[in-house]
Amino acid sequence: MSEARKQIPKKSGRVAFPFSAIVGQEAMKEALLISAVDPTIGGVLVFGDRGTGKSTAVRALAQLLPKMKVIKGSAYNLDPDREDDPDLKTQQVPVPVVDLPLGATEDRVVGALDIEKALTEGERAFQPGLLAQANRGFLYIDEINLLEDHLVDLLLDVAASGENVVEREGLSIRHPARFVLIGSGNPEEGELRPQLLDRFGLSVDVSTPEDIKQRIEVVRRRDAYDRDPHGFADKWKRKDGAVRRHIVGARELLESVEVPDEVLENSARLCMALGTDGLRGELTLMRAARAWAALRDQPVVTDEALKMVAPMVLSHRLRRNPLDDSRASIRVQRVVEEVFTNPDAGTISSIAAQ
Amino acid sequence: MTAALTLVEPAPDDGDFLDRKVCIWSDALVALAVFALDPPTFGGITIRAHAGPVRDALLKAFRELAGEDVPVRKMPSHIADERLLGGLDMAATLKNGRPVAKMGLLSEADGGVVIVPMAERIEPLTASRLCAVLDRGEVALERDGITATLQASIGVIALDEGIGEERLPGSLADRLAFYADINGLSIREVDASPLTRTDLERARGVLAQAPVDETLFETMTALAAAFGVASMRAALFAVRTARAVAALDGRDTVEPADVELAARLVIAPRATQLPTQEAEPDALPEPQEPTDKEAQHDESPEEDDSGGDAEDASPPDGPLDDHVLEAVEAAIPDQLLEQLKLQAALARCAPQSSGGKGAQQQAQMRGRPIGSRRGRLDGRHKLHLTDTLRAAAPWQPIRKRQSTRTSKIVVTGDDIRVRRFKQTQESVTIFVVDASGSAALHRLAEVKGAVELLLAESYARRDCVALIVFRGREAELVLPPTRSLVRAKRCLAGVPGGGGTPLAAGLDAALDVALECRRSGRTPRLVVMSDAEANVGYDPTARRAEALEDALGAAKRIAAERVSALMIDTSPQRKGRRDRGGVPKALQIAEAMGGIHLALPHPSASGLKALVEDHGAHQMAS
Repeated sequence: MSEARKQIPKKSGRVAFPFSAIVGQEAMKEALLISAVDPTIGGVLVFGDRGTGKSTAVRALAQLLPKMKVIKGSAYNLDPDREDDPDLKTQQVPVPVVDLPLGATEDRVVGALDIEKALTEGERAFQPGLLAQANRGFLYIDEINLLEDHLVDLLLDVAASGENVVEREGLSIRHPARFVLIGSGNPEEGELRPQLLDRFGLSVDVSTPEDIKQRIEVVRRRDAYDRDPHGFADKWKRKDGAVRRHIVGARELLESVEVPDEVLENSARLCMALGTDGLRGELTLMRAARAWAALRDQPVVTDEALKMVAPMVLSHRLRRNPLDDSRASIRVQRVVEEVFTNPDAGTISSIAAQ
Repeated sequence: MTAALTLVEPAPDDGDFLDRKVCIWSDALVALAVFALDPPTFGGITIRAHAGPVRDALLKAFRELAGEDVPVRKMPSHIADERLLGGLDMAATLKNGRPVAKMGLLSEADGGVVIVPMAERIEPLTASRLCAVLDRGEVALERDGITATLQASIGVIALDEGIGEERLPGSLADRLAFYADINGLSIREVDASPLTRTDLERARGVLAQAPVDETLFETMTALAAAFGVASMRAALFAVRTARAVAALDGRDTVEPADVELAARLVIAPRATQLPTQEAEPDALPEPQEPTDKEAQHDESPEEDDSGGDAEDASPPDGPLDDHVLEAVEAAIPDQLLEQLKLQAALARCAPQSSGGKGAQQQAQMRGRPIGSRRGRLDGRHKLHLTDTLRAAAPWQPIRKRQSTRTSKIVVTGDDIRVRRFKQTQESVTIFVVDASGSAALHRLAEVKGAVELLLAESYARRDCVALIVFRGREAELVLPPTRSLVRAKRCLAGVPGGGGTPLAAGLDAALDVALECRRSGRTPRLVVMSDAEANVGYDPTARRAEALEDALGAAKRIAAERVSALMIDTSPQRKGRRDRGGVPKALQIAEAMGGIHLALPHPSASGLKALVEDHGAHQMAS
């Protein structure tokens, strides 16, 4: 029995549904790609109906990401280019997409004293947790609205500081923990705490496709995948490869993408008109628009990019308006239309006039 | 509640009724056989029935079909994560001097079935763990210093003993292909399954060889859309079920009868609309808004999406056979559509957790215990002694080596575990009653009766009741939140009737009371009883239209605060009383409140009570 236990696999052997085989759900795919191109944007929240492929998409993204260079054997995926040591041994590893499963205990999230070493060798060693594994990668929480409060507190702190501080069992450890937070959930089962909501750079609503042909395709592909996951994944390998090259190309281009002054101005007007607090929204809007342009091989950010990313950047930053109960993304779109058709909208004088 | 709901088919006469019963049972047996073919593929089956011989017969049938060697585990409804998912085996760890993992119930059931009794009362957190395992076929374990992925390819049999609106969490129900409501069947009316294990064995062989029938995807997706089933899982389950029932019959091609049966088993219980249904005048608002979809499909405008109404979702020249549609329609459980509407509305107006801080702090000390967490003994938490000792146990060998003390057990601050509690919030039902001239006086008497009945119940449930009456020019809090039966009766007796209908003032008063309740850590819910014939607004000289506008504004403020609301429309139904393109005023108010609208032209005290209790029971469950 104990021998069998030793062989418990740490990683899932399953092959995920291919990203390029996901039918429709363009906003969700776009948001995930943008966050893959520019991780500083700050994560994606995917909220929506049951059975719309939220977690499928995130797990699909995991197999799509290009590899990254780390210091060999580093438990925190440290970047060798940041160290001043040319002799460091490096290796290429897949970008971690770490699942934080419901029911995870705190010690596995933040890391704790290595119980095996402590028991067998009487040694105080740190066993890194999920936050360490996710450094420089993605941390995925399905059903994030059901995450227990004490874990949410912990995440909020780490996501803000980019550093995990462990003080327990006589250990005192701090290590970098910068990751793209991806959360998904069904709003019917509970809302997200505003502080946590605020940590996400982008948010998208997903719903079942209206178009019957799309729906048929969803069912057909899912059935084919479930019958033969490996065969199905092989069929889509080339398309997934194309998306991967797209991400790589966009990352290279990203730094050189220009943002003209008038686009900056429009983005400021947009945020003013929507009354979103602080500079965060504006900054994220800019970054997302750049990543959007980079994904399309455009060297300059246009108003179109701004229009396309505005709903996913701003909808979760709106204050709730008691007298307007329409969905947030629709309100954003309405204001986008207004700002781009009326040159005065969103200026100080027009806001004062309201 | 049937009085309120207009979609119910006329009750079949006695002969049909018997046929229907036979059909329910044989369908349940077929569903069970299909599920037993390959539990993980079909996710599971919800059996809605009281505990009793009929349900036992069905479970016995499953055991016989599945065979002895298939693991079957029963999951207690309040199971702890450690037992469900797995964790550190403390005894073995101490004995062996190295960490030993322990399997949880879900991975023990790998290749078999988990039975969930009282599934309607399952904790949302437990349900979400089950869902994750059903999706992935494995348990991702990150607990007590252990990281592991454990195989857990399972199916679920959910035993739903719910009454009224109580039912499984939607996320779980969505992942289980089948639903069988066998309430009302007697043990004398049921017989053993005509299928045997040999049939199943043969069917598996057929399925492995069967060609993929492409038209099946179109048929089932179209059927699901026609019946307003949003989740994509339903169509997929239906496709697989059609194949499976064909295979059980020894065929590798799907015939129309298989399609019909599969649709009856999978799609009918999920139906939210009838295919040819006219837009119901008192239907609830469509949950989705077309403009949003345009945004999503901006980049793929291949289809001319004309409007995007749910009705348009049926295919243009559909492969749908009228025969199949009728069969599915006939199989929709009684009142299901109404219940679903009610549920959807309740889910939307369910109380939010944004309640008072006070309530959350109290929850550290009181309520139902739900395990422990790491913490400090700072006087605000209670110590969980056994978990603290468990946390300390593995470290004893090294601590003793390092410690100079001679105590038997060395416990440090890091070991401290404190209890976690979940507090079921006390709820306050606020009745907002129209005592104006337009609401006939006898109705007021009925409402009084309902409040009294409800109050008697509230002794058992620790609920409070408040009563606001509006008439003439203003609203009055006749009965502040109370549990006192005597006081309530005295107040109620003195309520007069007649005069104008200041609906806006009534709603405002209700919101004030609701927010006050929330601040004190209780969950308010409103029950508004009126014909919504508002004729007195904020401005006493205002006319009828303005009075309604004021009331709509007040209703929107209730929605903005996310106070749960139920609007009981006491106006004589279908006789006019409409405004704005024929939408009944009470429905307008209900929509503005983000609440639910029920037309109840002739309320009776016990009927009202049942309604309000259903409303409450659902909220407790959600």
